[in-house]
Amino acid sequence: MNFDTLINNLLRDTLDTSLPGFMPELLLCVTIVVMLLVRLPRFGRRFNSFFIALPGTLIALYFAAPWRYLFHDVDLAFPSDAVLSTPIFDGLLVFDTLTVYFRTVLLVFAILFLFFTWLSGIPDREDSPDFYTLILGGTLGMCIMASANHLFMVFLGVEMASVPSYALAGMLKGRAKSSEAALKYSVYGAGTAGVMLYGISLLAGALGTLHLPTMAQQLAHMPADMFAERQTVLLLGGLMLMVGLAFKLSAVPFHFWCPDVFEGASAEVNAFLSVASKAAALALLLRVAIGFSYAPEPEARELAAISVGPASRAGLEHRTVHKTPIVLTAHEKPQPASKPGAARLAAPTNPDVNTNLAKTRHYIVGLIALLAAITCTFGNLAAYGQTNIKRLLAYSTIAHAGYMMMPVAAAVAVMDDNPALARQAIGALCFYVGVYLFMNLGAFAIVAFLRNAMRTEEIAAYGGLIRRSPGLVICLSIILVSLLGLPPLAGFAAKFLAFAPLAADPNRYPVLFTLLVIGGINTVISLFYYLRVVKVMALDPEPDDHVPVSFSLTSPEGVFVALISIPVLVLGVWWDPLNRWAQAAAESLFS
Amino acid sequence: MQSQAVLLLSLIVFLPALGALIVAFLPKERPDVIKWVSLVVTLIVFVLTVILAIPGENPRFQLGVGQMQDAFSLDWIPSFNIYYFMGMDGISFALLLLTSFSTVLAMGASWPIDKHVKAYCILFLLLETGMLGVFLSLDFFLFYVFWEVMLLPMYFLIGVWGGPRREYAAIKFFLYTLLGSVLMLIAILMLYFNSDLVTLAKSSDLVAGAENPAVKWSEMHLHPRITEEVRTAVTGNQDVPPMHTFNILALAQMGQHTNLFDEPLLFGLTLQWWAFVLLFIGFAIKVPIVPVHTWLPDAHVEAPTPISMILAGVLLKMGGYGIIRICYPICPDAGYDLAWVVCLIGVVSMIYGAFAALAQKDFKRLVAYSSVSHMGYVVLGIGVWSAVAGNQFNSDYWAMGMTGAVFQMLAHGISSAGMFFMVGVVYERVHHRNLDQFGGLFGRMPVYSGLAFGIFFAGLGLPGLCGFIGEVFVTLSVWSFSKTLAVISAGTVILTAGYILWTLQRVYLGPEYKGPHGDHLYPLKPRELAIAAPLLFFAILFGVYPQAIFNYVTPSVERNVKQLARWTEDVKEPRTERAKEQTAMQQPPKVTAVLDQQPPAVKYWGVDWPLSRLPR
Repeated sequence: MNFDTLINNLLRDTLDTSLPGFMPELLLCVTIVVMLLVRLPRFGRRFNSFFIALPGTLIALYFAAPWRYLFHDVDLAFPSDAVLSTPIFDGLLVFDTLTVYFRTVLLVFAILFLFFTWLSGIPDREDSPDFYTLILGGTLGMCIMASANHLFMVFLGVEMASVPSYALAGMLKGRAKSSEAALKYSVYGAGTAGVMLYGISLLAGALGTLHLPTMAQQLAHMPADMFAERQTVLLLGGLMLMVGLAFKLSAVPFHFWCPDVFEGASAEVNAFLSVASKAAALALLLRVAIGFSYAPEPEARELAAISVGPASRAGLEHRTVHKTPIVLTAHEKPQPASKPGAARLAAPTNPDVNTNLAKTRHYIVGLIALLAAITCTFGNLAAYGQTNIKRLLAYSTIAHAGYMMMPVAAAVAVMDDNPALARQAIGALCFYVGVYLFMNLGAFAIVAFLRNAMRTEEIAAYGGLIRRSPGLVICLSIILVSLLGLPPLAGFAAKFLAFAPLAADPNRYPVLFTLLVIGGINTVISLFYYLRVVKVMALDPEPDDHVPVSFSLTSPEGVFVALISIPVLVLGVWWDPLNRWAQAAAESLFS
Repeated sequence: MQSQAVLLLSLIVFLPALGALIVAFLPKERPDVIKWVSLVVTLIVFVLTVILAIPGENPRFQLGVGQMQDAFSLDWIPSFNIYYFMGMDGISFALLLLTSFSTVLAMGASWPIDKHVKAYCILFLLLETGMLGVFLSLDFFLFYVFWEVMLLPMYFLIGVWGGPRREYAAIKFFLYTLLGSVLMLIAILMLYFNSDLVTLAKSSDLVAGAENPAVKWSEMHLHPRITEEVRTAVTGNQDVPPMHTFNILALAQMGQHTNLFDEPLLFGLTLQWWAFVLLFIGFAIKVPIVPVHTWLPDAHVEAPTPISMILAGVLLKMGGYGIIRICYPICPDAGYDLAWVVCLIGVVSMIYGAFAALAQKDFKRLVAYSSVSHMGYVVLGIGVWSAVAGNQFNSDYWAMGMTGAVFQMLAHGISSAGMFFMVGVVYERVHHRNLDQFGGLFGRMPVYSGLAFGIFFAGLGLPGLCGFIGEVFVTLSVWSFSKTLAVISAGTVILTAGYILWTLQRVYLGPEYKGPHGDHLYPLKPRELAIAAPLLFFAILFGVYPQAIFNYVTPSVERNVKQLARWTEDVKEPRTERAKEQTAMQQPPKVTAVLDQQPPAVKYWGVDWPLSRLPR
């Protein structure tokens, strides 16, 4: 291969495949640059950056084009081979339906968030370019996290998402708590990032690459004695990598920053951290967990290399085969006459189970399951004693991180025997994230609007709120009960879907079934603290020193709150469409 | 035909929710208007259910038919095999009537409520939607949704409008029920993932020439599209992946005619054993059964009178209904094996509840404990499965016991709602419920006392009143199951008579009322009379003419029992025989042989799990 073809291939790959797949992120970059430049001339200083950020994000959402990739009928057992998973930028990132879904979630959140900040008055016009730059910059990092296919990009994405978050936490200048939160957050983040980087370097040393699919291939084809030799390094490296992810997920025991940062930062920033940051962290966890444990069969890869058709991707084919778009293997392809269905029979029939990968999978499942169990139990128990609504919601987000890690564990555990079920589990996670967006954004929006009105964030101050602001209390109650997970609210559908794969086969996957029981018990435990807030608002008398707040649902803030609460209700009663999109998001995995 | 059924049943279930929406837009300053609108809504729902009861063409209820009627299955969330699937048989229809009837009376009893009337009526109507939905839904997911929908309104109804310890009682109620629901959810998921319509179809009349056409496919009312998919899957000659379902009727057929749920799970016990236990605990909390009954006295004592009526009249019945509709048909093997446990729990509840009632000083708490005792009969009647005549299994006794249990549920719905109302009437006047400070009410309020005597005697189980029939049926059927239990359960009647008569004596008899607020003991108002009189009327009617209930209930009960009896004879008894023979053959067991037979342990996450699948 001469230099010329190399350059040509690189150009073709970058221009034809990578850049179109990276369009939304590029548009976010453009928006950020425009926001920074507009401030330079004098007239631009009076300009609220909201009006730049909003169109920029909307255009980015248009280019993310979820309707093109997600809005079609899905059969998880036999995914259509139209859905490809395409590595972009030389395999650093991957473009597939999961990328599209998470990108959409992040951008939709960003748009709703922009409206939210516009209504709540943080930031003011002075701060707005800084604030929105940081928000969009963080979103950009999160999009990269969601599509990372390479441990280098994992680290880069985590840092790109974290650094703006540190600054955002300290946004309320002149408040000691806010500065403390920012400092705590950044010190903690720097520490875990260091540990993660060390873990990545260990893994790189043991496996000779940072490209996730190649790492899985290396693991799969490593001779047994070599694997045994390097096991310690691999385990340690995996553990350290997990530290960094757990920090982003605020999973116990790396959650200590979370309540303090949430208390110190403004409710707006909390909404951003709890929804966008968590969604991206879950996507990243999924990418890493699958990346290490999924290596398609060699013959499948060869088949894929042969059968890939699109001319635009021809330039890719000379590369290592794992970077080519993965398509269905021959034995999985649906017979035209056969009935689509689930998966036990569609599982790969390869008789020699790869022990290295199986061991890796057990390790990953065990690690995630353990973290999930501890995280949701601890989060729920610690939420009991909280008197500040933001701290309470911080522990609630910790607990929900635990719930949301459960389907990831399920997906990794069953991906070999039952890929359809694994896809379903990932679809459940996507659904959960989609619902969680509305629940937490709604909760923090109400907290922010109430803070503006009564200048306090203590739960006790909400006493008897229902007498003056019944609409607001009903909305917050709907959101809290949905977080608790009672039907007919969206939180229940999400929990139901997330728990479902755990029950699939208690005999084969006792760990998953244990998780199911723990998750169920945790739901009961969490009843108290969610309901306590509802109780204070609805049942308790108004405190003596309270500021009378009458919050009408017809004010702009009220309309926003109502618009966020309605999906929580509607998605609880009729969640078929979102479930289909979420399943479509998982379609391009393990095929 | 079907569209009429869809319209009618959906209207019955969702009309109260619609009413709640209407009430939400009524002016807060007109509580009387709000109450009237709510009452009219509950009345319309009641009239609709009564229309169903009038003999006539479909979609009206057909007497003498044991199968599901007016069943329909529509798309709801097809991406997770969840359907909007409703229907009713005699058991659910009788309970539906009881629910709509009790709700009207409870709404009437809500007139003295003057705090946040609007919120009260909205929650009350939402509660009614949940209750009606539970009795009509036949999709497990839908059932669960309605089951949970009731929790939050109930929490607020107790927590806002209740007595002094209302918040404690409300959260206790919520916590207990939520725990039960979570266990139920785990069981639902377990059953769902082990269900397979394709396997079921192979032993059904969907496939021509099946060996055992015991399963009549059309009786499960699956969505037509699903039926088609199953048909193509079965007729196509290849292996097909399992098709899961939430259809309660299909799950029941799978439990009885396939061994999909017989996989060993934990501790060598089968999946259906665990599912049964989880579901049973969930329902037992609602019934409630000792030792998970402790939420009930608190909730009852603190709840306002109409909510107590609903709680005792309808909510407790859901536990019994769930056991009949779900536990036994879906997990018959476990139900058969655990018959003794279930019966024993029932008897313990009866005795414990009766003794606890004897010890109460609070009028309402006494009635609450009497509910625990009376609901014990229901569990006992459902549980007497392996009733034998001589050495022969005889399902007639079981049918009798289950009929008695259903009758007891309906009778208790009438009598206990009445008793709570009677307590509420006197509490409204004198603002205390201390049994020691009553006495002499007969002289002051003769009409009220007369009605109360009738209703309390119905609760006691006096012949000629509704409480008697259920108790006698249950006790008689138990006789052939276990004479000891029969004697104890018959003996409980004496305890019941003891506490009820003693209560009547302490409250109504005696020379004069000496307690506080004696001057407020004004006679019964017409509104109160209009609530108490129908209750007493039905208490007497069902006592002298129990056929009024049996006409509706018996065909369905007998159908259920017959199916399970057939299963017992065809499947369970041979299975038990085989197990006996095997244990006889294996004595003395050889160590090597046992080792050989050990199923290979599953290694997972570094731990040996000894509970692998046994070869079938």
